[in-house]
Amino acid sequence: MAPFISIKNISKKYGNFSAVDNVSFNLQKGELFSLLGPSGCGKTTLLRILAGFEVSNTGSFEIDGHDMDNVDPADRPVNIMFQHYALFPHMSVFNNISYGLRRTSLPKSEIKSRVEELLELVRLSGMSERKPKTLSGGQKQRVALARALARRPKLLLLDEPLAALDKKLRSDTQFEICKIQEQLGTTFIVVTHDQEEAMTLSTRIGVMNEGKLIQLGTPKEIYEQPQTSFVADFVGEISFLEAVVKENKNTHWLMQAAVPIYVSSDSNFNVGQKVKLALRPEKISLTSRPTGNINEFKVDILDFAFYGAGTQYRVIGPEGVKLKLYQSHNQPSKANSPMLKTGFVNFSPEAIIVLES
Amino acid sequence: MRYDVPLIVKVLAIVGFGILYIPVMIMMIYSFNSGKLVAVWAGFSTKWYRELWTDDILLSALYKSLLIGMSSATISTFFGLLIAIAFVRFSAFRARLTLSLVASAPLVMPEAVTGLSMLLLFIAMETTFGWPSGRGVDTIMIAHATFGMCFAAVVIQTRLRDMDRYLEEAARDLGERQPFVFMSITLPLIFPSIIAAWLLSFTLSFDDLVIASFVSGPGSSTLPIVIFSKIRLGVSPEINAIATLMILTISGMVLAGSMLILKRDSRGKKN
Repeated sequence: MAPFISIKNISKKYGNFSAVDNVSFNLQKGELFSLLGPSGCGKTTLLRILAGFEVSNTGSFEIDGHDMDNVDPADRPVNIMFQHYALFPHMSVFNNISYGLRRTSLPKSEIKSRVEELLELVRLSGMSERKPKTLSGGQKQRVALARALARRPKLLLLDEPLAALDKKLRSDTQFEICKIQEQLGTTFIVVTHDQEEAMTLSTRIGVMNEGKLIQLGTPKEIYEQPQTSFVADFVGEISFLEAVVKENKNTHWLMQAAVPIYVSSDSNFNVGQKVKLALRPEKISLTSRPTGNINEFKVDILDFAFYGAGTQYRVIGPEGVKLKLYQSHNQPSKANSPMLKTGFVNFSPEAIIVLES
Repeated sequence: MRYDVPLIVKVLAIVGFGILYIPVMIMMIYSFNSGKLVAVWAGFSTKWYRELWTDDILLSALYKSLLIGMSSATISTFFGLLIAIAFVRFSAFRARLTLSLVASAPLVMPEAVTGLSMLLLFIAMETTFGWPSGRGVDTIMIAHATFGMCFAAVVIQTRLRDMDRYLEEAARDLGERQPFVFMSITLPLIFPSIIAAWLLSFTLSFDDLVIASFVSGPGSSTLPIVIFSKIRLGVSPEINAIATLMILTISGMVLAGSMLILKRDSRGKKN
């Protein structure tokens, strides 16, 4: 099946600085795709290229088989929801949402009923005569979403859609965006620097750094099988251990970090090869007594932070190996005593992610 | 929070504003003086206002000043808007530095210099193209529009710079093209600054004496020129009356303008 959205080799340079460096990916119709990366990684520039506000130096962008290269932003079947919403302050909610529709040949009655529909979709019925200034942050965000959806774009771009909202509102709005996206079946590209937002919202994530698309996959793939240490570090908490490959023991590889560590991996390594081992905090267990697990060593507890549903610890092991670990409180208390000064950590060979050093 | 203003600040404020406004108030009061002498109160009367009404020279000067003020303010505002857009929307262009110097020089140039150079220009133009033939209302208008434009540009630039540039992109994204984006988004949002720029250029033109005396010709004396020439023959209470009317007109216009701006702003300036 031909991809619905096809982005090929897009690059954008400002002088010698590569804002977007040879980015390619395809999307199917109805996907909710996130571009995730730290600020300045080029994700917003890429979004502006797709909207038509910036012209890329190389590459092509097709929607449904149509090349968008020479299409004016006004004519692209693409709409964008700006980070700070960019609602027109001198227009009512109704006029904001209908702005795009009034530029078409639609009859007035049709425009009115479409706006009513959109207001209902974003739960703002009865607000149509309000001015943006009188709305709360969450309401403005919903007006901006309705306005961007009004022309029924084939592709909707959302620039940090939740960044301006407070934390509680953010999680509610996340689910709302997902719901609306499912309901309409529009293809969404969300730009965000918040990995949690990207995880919960998207069907797929593209991680960007320094203008390059580094890894593309489902949230689970990105979290559990990061391909570079940048991705591993940027998405979620993680601890790294430098290690050298020692020998292949049938099902496991023995690797020498500060302590010997058994790793289960399908990849092939050369003996003596340097690697980086990465461990997610929730995959490590902390106990007060040794349990006899294959990967286990004694640690000193440096500090801990109580998170309600769990506690995060920072521990230090042999040769100054530092680990972050997270103990959920649903496990009957093993080591969750704040009095504990030392303990034992263990983790299964399958939990370890092996990255190139 | 209540804050006790130190006595010295109060005194300075009262003295400062007193120096500014007491003479104006005295002049306004004496415009109702029935006597011929300016400084001796002889009873209340509105006869100088009635006399003003029959003074053809003053009335025609007033008419010319209003005509020149309004038309030059309109021209100033239009070109000031174009300059402001060039500066705010186009960050790098070749003549930027030159334009910024050219556009701000008249703000600090002595009026006598501006007036004289305008006069020389008009004479040179007349001998070369035969236009403008002689000096009159049109030359004053051109001269006033030229320096008013620079003030208008400064006023409009400030507002344009504060405007969220994403608003225009949002409009384009929603299917609008230039110049309609400008008409439906930019212009309504910078409208208060356009009113302010117009009022400022009008006021500058309406009370300008120096430049107008250089570029005016016979029969095109503006109000300030007539008043100034009358004062040389001694201040008559009639001058007090016309000055009072000028003050009232200008403050009335400024007040109306500010109210219009406030009203628009309270309807929503920022989102």
